[in-house]
Amino acid sequence: MTHDHNPGRRIGETLLAVENISLAFGGVRALTDISFDVREHEIRAIIGPNGAGKSSMLNCVNGVYRPQQGTIRFAGQTFRHMHPHKAALMGIARTFQNIALFRGMSVLDNIMTGRNLKMRCGLFLQALYVGPNRREELAHREKVEHIIDFLQIESVRKTPVGRLPYGIQKRVELGRALAAEPRLLLLDEPMAGMNIEEKQDMCRFILDVNDEFGTTIVLIEHDMGVVMDISDRVVVLDYGRKIGDGSPDEVRANQDVIDAYLGVAH
Amino acid sequence: MQFFFEVLIGGLLAGVMYSLVALGFVLIYKASGVFNFAQGSMVFFAALTYVGLQEKFGLPGWAVFGLTLAVMVVLGIAIERVVLRPLVNQPQITLFMATIGLAFFIEGLAQVIWGTQVRRLDLGLQDEPIAMLMDRFNMLVSKFDVVAAVVAGLLVAVLAVFFNRTRIGRALRAVADDHQAALAVGIPLKQIWAIVWSVAGFVALVAGLMWGARNGVQFALTFVALKALPVLILGGFESVLGAIVGGLIIGASEKLAEVYLGPHLGGGIEGWFAYVMALLFLLVRPEGLFGEKHIDRV
Amino acid sequence: MLYREAGQFKTSYRADQQIFPILQDRIGMLVLGFVALVGVPLVASEYWLTAILIPLLVFSLAAIGLNILTGYAGQLSLGTAAFMAVGAVATYNFQLRVPGIPILVSFLLGGGTAAAVGAVFGLPSLRIKGFYLAVATLAAQFFIPWLLVKVSWFSNDSASGVITTQPVEILGFTFDTPLRKYLFALVVVSVLALVAKNLVRSHIGRAWMAVRDMDVAAEVIGIRIVRTKLVAFAVSSFYCGIAGALYAFAYLGSVETDGFNLDLSFRILFMIIIGGVGSILGSFLGAAFITLLPILLDVALTEGATALGLQLPSGMTSMVQLVVFGALIIFFLIVEPLGLARLWQIAKEKLRLWPFPH
Ligand SMILES: Nc1ncnc2c1ncn2[C@@H]1O[C@H](COP(=O)(O)OP(=O)(O)O)[C@@H](O)[C@H]1O
Ligand SMILES: [Mg+2]
Repeated sequence: MTHDHNPGRRIGETLLAVENISLAFGGVRALTDISFDVREHEIRAIIGPNGAGKSSMLNCVNGVYRPQQGTIRFAGQTFRHMHPHKAALMGIARTFQNIALFRGMSVLDNIMTGRNLKMRCGLFLQALYVGPNRREELAHREKVEHIIDFLQIESVRKTPVGRLPYGIQKRVELGRALAAEPRLLLLDEPMAGMNIEEKQDMCRFILDVNDEFGTTIVLIEHDMGVVMDISDRVVVLDYGRKIGDGSPDEVRANQDVIDAYLGVAH
Repeated sequence: MQFFFEVLIGGLLAGVMYSLVALGFVLIYKASGVFNFAQGSMVFFAALTYVGLQEKFGLPGWAVFGLTLAVMVVLGIAIERVVLRPLVNQPQITLFMATIGLAFFIEGLAQVIWGTQVRRLDLGLQDEPIAMLMDRFNMLVSKFDVVAAVVAGLLVAVLAVFFNRTRIGRALRAVADDHQAALAVGIPLKQIWAIVWSVAGFVALVAGLMWGARNGVQFALTFVALKALPVLILGGFESVLGAIVGGLIIGASEKLAEVYLGPHLGGGIEGWFAYVMALLFLLVRPEGLFGEKHIDRV
Repeated sequence: MLYREAGQFKTSYRADQQIFPILQDRIGMLVLGFVALVGVPLVASEYWLTAILIPLLVFSLAAIGLNILTGYAGQLSLGTAAFMAVGAVATYNFQLRVPGIPILVSFLLGGGTAAAVGAVFGLPSLRIKGFYLAVATLAAQFFIPWLLVKVSWFSNDSASGVITTQPVEILGFTFDTPLRKYLFALVVVSVLALVAKNLVRSHIGRAWMAVRDMDVAAEVIGIRIVRTKLVAFAVSSFYCGIAGALYAFAYLGSVETDGFNLDLSFRILFMIIIGGVGSILGSFLGAAFITLLPILLDVALTEGATALGLQLPSGMTSMVQLVVFGALIIFFLIVEPLGLARLWQIAKEKLRLWPFPH
């Protein structure tokens, strides 16, 4: 399941750099002085025990949480805090640890919503529907159908997502993120709660996305096998601090990491 | 100045009555996360049942009180069973709409049973000025309002003891903090909810008697519940103290506005003043006076 | 002629994107349109037109308005009637004060005024959610009618506060009889229903539903929450405003601000809960249900009472009505939260498989 089979994939310059990020909720220090970088086309994993601050880190990157300290540099611009809308505009998409799909909408509509930033027709044209708005809808529908094919969810495209099994919902959420054609994709435990087969499928999707579109990926994952297999570099968090950073092999050899994380249950 | 105080005190006392209704909301909200729009209907239902039973059987006050309380407990438990249990884990907005339906149902039911005419409710209290204040400070303060305030105060004290000192109360607070965790440590959620709805029924009965004795038992009582909404906005939905303070603030400012602002605006502002005030307040402090700010977890 | 999807392969996304992708549905709509435009005028009595069909159309429109806000965008409103009042009063005033203004323009401006007012009262939704927002809309419900009554300019200083609406005249043709008023309402409501359907199946509609279902996720994929909610408030209030204007001009023939009370707001809320939250079709079904139910109930109760030789106490029917409404709301929320529209859909699916269920 390694992705090194594709020699054409080059790791590029730094795309994202978080610098000295600290975040607290009341008395709880979720993140303390975290810095790391992500390079273009890279698959970067964040690991750590529950409550280590991994999700909070992603939330800072795309502006859902506002860190009290630190900066976020993305594509050459530096931010004190990101704003979710700005992040989306700049090409950051993500999935959530607890599926955050639009439950009442069909698979198709969920993924179409991922393309909202690319839709231009104003309210009046939408009210008319025929004409430019229909052309726009159809053009985007075509793109979305590609994603649906790619994720192999054709048979459920009209089903409300609330009725789908968990594994498929996770896929739909990936589809919604992909619909934005992101530069940076943040995946929060995309394989949590899946069986082996589903995990393999998901790994393949992630690698394909990375390979084919060159999308940079930051991935939170608990399954060490998967992490070691598909990531280029790994950040390790524990109690909101960074305790390790490097290639999978380096991280595996790091004593702090072994004590804090690999030593525990996993 | 003395007139100002008179208005202020009148407003505060009226506010106590709002607090009384708001208290019922807070109880249920804390325990089950339901914003019970039907609380006002329960107040109306309780008062009407009390008067109805009294007229029908001519029993002494305490006996009627006991009977009505029993009816309210049954009603509370029935609501929990029939309406809320099937809706567990539904979005809050759905629960809220369900309680709107419930409000209509209870209002209708009360009048189908007891008829639609306005009733007098006599608790043996006179709505007359307190002579001492009248003589010494020349201030008009209603005896009735003061009694109502004392009753409300007692009720709050009883509830505080109930919440803090009894086992059920502690379990209740645990439930309010975290449903899942409460279940995990073996707190019987459903039983707790039944108790809470019964207590809310009791609070509704007390509020119904006070309001009914003051204004007559009539459909308009249900509007009192609507006034409790701004009270809750101010005080926060989860704080008993908030309900009290919120009630006082709304009561006082409403009266003051009515007296000092009303004439300039052509009167009739008590219909909306509390809401507009709550609205403006929301814009400044969405979490209420005593609520905590929290950031959605994703 | 069976109701079948089989054999109707959609060869293009375009065909799939129609409002009624299935042929039988399109035929059904044509028949319905024909009945409404030709059949009803031929057979309907004046009572049916004025007491049932016109209010049904008006309430359908208001229900669509509320459904856009509550059903699609997820923002609960208890102030529908207030926005209807704004639409009615504004339309009246445009008609009164702008010489020679066409009535349809007045309607549009009236709706626009309601939209602006709605957006203002929607501003709190930027900071608050759920039933907190309900309080904001309650503020509108209590404040707006008060203002409209207190400032007598709005009612052209009429002593009683009741104002008679101007005649509805388009290109020299006056919609003065009940039948004509019905046709006027029918056309207005049909066009606006189509527009609403177009909006909810375009990207603004998806944005509304996204905000409703999961606002954080919506924001993360680039939807502007603030703007989306405000547009929902404005569009919803526009619909309510036009509905209010129709209520005044095509139904009552006067603007009675007192009629636009909390009770009416609740009634329209009930329409969408029973008809179907988040469904244009449901808005019609709900409006029909809530308009017809009291009439049927009234008949049933009086007939029943006479049959049993009982004397119903006065006001009894309206109390029973409260009980029935309340019970139905609870029933639907528990058993079929998507309302009659969903039941209709299920029935169609059953029919599609009939006579071989699987
Ligand atoms: N919205 C929030 N409000 C309060 N505390 C939070 C919030 N989000 C996260 N936390 C706290 O921050 C810490 C890190 O959480 P999280 O980032 O979810 O960890 P992980 O994803 O590594 O399991 C935990 O202690 C958690 O309780
Ligand atoms: Mg996490």
